[in-house]
Amino acid sequence: MSRSQSAGTPIIIVTLFLGAWLEVLPLPDAIEYLRPEWLVLAMIYWAIALPHRIGVVWGASVGLFQDVLVGSVLGQHALAMTLVVYIAQSTYKRLRVFPPIQQSAVVFMLVGVFVIFSYLVQDFSGRALLSPVSMLVPAVVSAVLWRLVYSVLRWTRRRFLVR
Amino acid sequence: MLGDRPEATIASLFSDSNRSGYRLLAVLAVCVLLTFLDLRTNWVGWLRYAGGYVTGPVHYLAHFPTSMASWVSLQARTTEDLRDDNQRLVRQLLILEQKAQRLAVLEAENVRLRELLNSSARLSARVFVAEIIGVEPDLNRQEVVVNKGSGDNVFAGQAVLDASGLIGQVVEVGPLSSRVLLITDATHALSVQVNRNGMRTILAGTGHPDRMRLLYVADTADIVEGDLLVSTGLGKRYPAGYPVAVVASVRQDPGQAFLKVEARPTAHIDRASHVLLVASTASQSEQEQP
Repeated sequence: MSRSQSAGTPIIIVTLFLGAWLEVLPLPDAIEYLRPEWLVLAMIYWAIALPHRIGVVWGASVGLFQDVLVGSVLGQHALAMTLVVYIAQSTYKRLRVFPPIQQSAVVFMLVGVFVIFSYLVQDFSGRALLSPVSMLVPAVVSAVLWRLVYSVLRWTRRRFLVR
Repeated sequence: MLGDRPEATIASLFSDSNRSGYRLLAVLAVCVLLTFLDLRTNWVGWLRYAGGYVTGPVHYLAHFPTSMASWVSLQARTTEDLRDDNQRLVRQLLILEQKAQRLAVLEAENVRLRELLNSSARLSARVFVAEIIGVEPDLNRQEVVVNKGSGDNVFAGQAVLDASGLIGQVVEVGPLSSRVLLITDATHALSVQVNRNGMRTILAGTGHPDRMRLLYVADTADIVEGDLLVSTGLGKRYPAGYPVAVVASVRQDPGQAFLKVEARPTAHIDRASHVLLVASTASQSEQEQP
């Protein structure tokens, strides 16, 4: 039913490319560890906005793209992204009506899930060095920036009629 | 429609969530399988290579603001600055040319002595320049991305240098860009020798951009702060005789069997913008020797 009406897939891909660009954009060393997980934020938004289209297959594909982008072991970000998108997709009705603060708190937990699962796979492949607690800093920054990402992507979705 | 057949809607909702659960399991299984295949085999290398066509442009675009800023600062420089620079470079060139003259003599002498010893001579390797277009954002790994790919004859295992020392090796070749593992990465180690007395040890990265450590240095070893460590060429990855690091501190703990030696890389790893890729390895240049 809704599949036939879906439109604007190129716009979604463009926003994901922008997220990937922000993901590898060089930052000064002092704020490097604060870099939020842009791709996860974008995927959470699209999973909440278009739950009938953006599901685990999209999550795995985007995660795999991130794996190649940052040169990690294949499947590391794919696994974590799949889980995050699945959770976001299955709770989209609640997430949509949450007040901003509560939504940010949920986003913190979702990005936390992403970071922890990605850390587990990285540790399994022998490439983890820092403690996972330090990797939760991006989750806090992501939660803080969530409203901004949300507004920008909502504007994009309405402007370009993405369904 | 909702009002017409509520049972059907509910049923379809349930069956839908069931199916999405199976789909999640299937996708997770594929992810885990991919991880295993990527870690244990090289069957999925093509996937990474194909992805390089998409991720390469992203890295180039991410480098764009940096190159733009350096272009602007170049345009904004005064003639006086440029003249100063020019003078400094001319002086530096004179000094380097003078050193190169001596080097030619020394190299010839080295070849003669090696012929006397019946061992093959080492030629100086050819290099080509690449630009660093990306730095790995993950703090767990010390890697950079350079703007040369498989089209430019880059190969996995190729040694990467800058003007003052070894930087790392190519670990992944994409169609448009390549990934270089730095010698400071925690999973990296190479064979070096102390330039002063030829003692061989292993130099390992720590994951910190300007700290490395020497492994298994005996308590009685002759090594002091300031010693230059050069590559040995053992392991056939790196060409021999390039400076790698300078010993920064030597600590002796009476309870331990080995010395605690820390070293600092000689290459400007976190400041380099251009690097040199060694076009031929030591063993290849030995074969090219007439």
